[in-house]
Amino acid sequence: MVTNEMKKTSVLAGIGVSPGIISGKAYLFNCLDFQTPYYKLKTNTLVSNEVKRFKKALKGSGQELLDIKEKISNREGIDPIFLDVHIMILKDKMFVRETVENIREQRVNAEWALKLTLSKYREIFRKMEDEYLKERINDVEYVGDRILRNLSGKTCENISEIDEEVIIIARDLSPADTVQINVEKVLGFATEIGGKTSHTAIIARSIEIPAVVGLENITNEVQTGDRVIVDGTAGVVIIHPDPEILRRYEDKKKHYEVMAEDLIKDAGLPAITMDNHRIDIGANIEFIEEIPSAVSHGTDGVGLYRTEFIYINKEQLPTEEEHFSSYKRVVDDDGVKWATIRTFDLGGDKFVSDPRLAEEMNPAMGLRGIRFCLHEVELFKVQLRAILRASAYGNTKILFPMISGVAEIQEAKKILREVKHDLSAEGIPIDENIEIGIMIEVPSAVMMADKLAEEVDFFSIGTNDLIQYSLAIDRVNERVTYLYEPLHPAILRLIKQVVEAGHNAGIKVAMCGEMAGESAYSMILLGLGLDELSMTPLAIPRVKKIIRGSTLKESRELLDRAMTFPTFREIEEYVRRYMIKRFPDDFPLSDQ
Amino acid sequence: MKETKTFVLKNELGLHARAAAMIVNVATKYKSKILFERDGNEINGKSILGILTLACPKGCSIMVTAEGEDARDAIEELEILIDDKFGED
Repeated sequence: MVTNEMKKTSVLAGIGVSPGIISGKAYLFNCLDFQTPYYKLKTNTLVSNEVKRFKKALKGSGQELLDIKEKISNREGIDPIFLDVHIMILKDKMFVRETVENIREQRVNAEWALKLTLSKYREIFRKMEDEYLKERINDVEYVGDRILRNLSGKTCENISEIDEEVIIIARDLSPADTVQINVEKVLGFATEIGGKTSHTAIIARSIEIPAVVGLENITNEVQTGDRVIVDGTAGVVIIHPDPEILRRYEDKKKHYEVMAEDLIKDAGLPAITMDNHRIDIGANIEFIEEIPSAVSHGTDGVGLYRTEFIYINKEQLPTEEEHFSSYKRVVDDDGVKWATIRTFDLGGDKFVSDPRLAEEMNPAMGLRGIRFCLHEVELFKVQLRAILRASAYGNTKILFPMISGVAEIQEAKKILREVKHDLSAEGIPIDENIEIGIMIEVPSAVMMADKLAEEVDFFSIGTNDLIQYSLAIDRVNERVTYLYEPLHPAILRLIKQVVEAGHNAGIKVAMCGEMAGESAYSMILLGLGLDELSMTPLAIPRVKKIIRGSTLKESRELLDRAMTFPTFREIEEYVRRYMIKRFPDDFPLSDQ
Repeated sequence: MKETKTFVLKNELGLHARAAAMIVNVATKYKSKILFERDGNEINGKSILGILTLACPKGCSIMVTAEGEDARDAIEELEILIDDKFGED
């Protein structure tokens, strides 16, 4: 258990071909060696034995396909024609003869001879113009793989015997593989090969499970039993997600499941209330691959770009160029009006391979976020240089996390000024007026909000941590999670105080915690006067719909009334009833 | 006996996998040698890879030649299959 948790989180980007988000146990379906063996045959006897071995493998492969055909013959909705095609390819005289000739003439082993035949066909199909016919090379490849598997003598695990819910990881899945799968046990697919119209993609869409294809090398990185997340909406697969990422994806999944298709239609409309009050809507992202999905879900900008992944996905510390290329892609995107890049917000334990060190820490209150960065100035400067360089390419904002008082932001700004100065001296273009903001997530920062507002251009309220710190609850501790309550009257008061302090100083106040994406709270947040809400992309369409259907006036009245109650249960109940009555289609009674 | 006939493919997907498989199923029933030709490329009509590598989309014209005792029957059955658009639509 402990060792599993300590495994390094990694992320692979591919092509999302079937939407949805799922996390589960991996099942590695991989019966082939990557390396095709090669050896020369020295005697004529060996050559003729090799031809026999090849023919035996053909026979074995043919029998397997016949068995599959037999097995699925009485299943409805499956057309076995592709199996006929595969059987025909196996028996195709040209195909067989060419391979046998390769064995005889080049005096090489059957695997290599077959590989030569396959390369020839790959070349022929590659030159075809018709996209559909071009893809038929896949059928030839599936047959080739099957013969290779038979030649290797390896018995493959039987994919039809999967008896627990799994996410299938494979190089590719042939139709002969997928028809055998008990679809009720498959949560998702992640494969190395394929595109939008590949077989795996079509199957996944038809049974409505998430799938990502085009994931280079995934079969080498995942083992059966590993925990993985497949995000078919963004086209991302996360291997060994750490508890924090896992929790965030549970939240995303929740939003995905409640999102109706018709919401997407209006997602591009601005978040303006009926009495003409506009709120900016941002997306919280951590991989650049999420941007297209965020834009299609109606985001105006990136309200929170979590940069931790640039660090923890690496064997070594990321270079300035690595930072820069990610940031530039975010700020330069046509669909992104602004991008708020948050500097590193974890502890140093994330760099250390010794897991015991991490275990000793209380990471939530340790040397993390801005504290860690002010401690490791050189490392901090690398990131700041990259953000500033990116700012020349699009509207960029810097966000410092974990600020607990004025001294920290002053110190961070001093370092930022030094870096700006260095870049100017080097003649590197930057946005001189780049906006600087801080996360408001430590209760002391709320108390000091008026003074902090004099130092920065904007605030962004991180409700997840603010709730944890101010209510003194550890979200990982199941015995106290019942206390985690965004509508706690103390939390509403804290938020109100931050917004007032910000507005008094003439700066904008955003919110980027999970609370911002909860549409049942949208009116409360409107009433609180927030200028920007940034959330997981999938939450955007519904939040926008509620905002567009409300007025600022009634939201303020709702908030004022809610804040008269002394307990979170009363507030929660009052707001819930109000929203059900006000938006009966969006908050049906059965939700509770 | 040698029979030759030219066909124009009318079905949507051209000689795709299913159509190719149906041609092979018909062609292999006959003893005659069956050849398909498109733009100077000639292939064995009993080979699925041969037919697929002809890469015939919709509207493409192919010449079919059958040579052997049952050549006429073979051409006739292939004609029915192609005219029927391989049972599509």
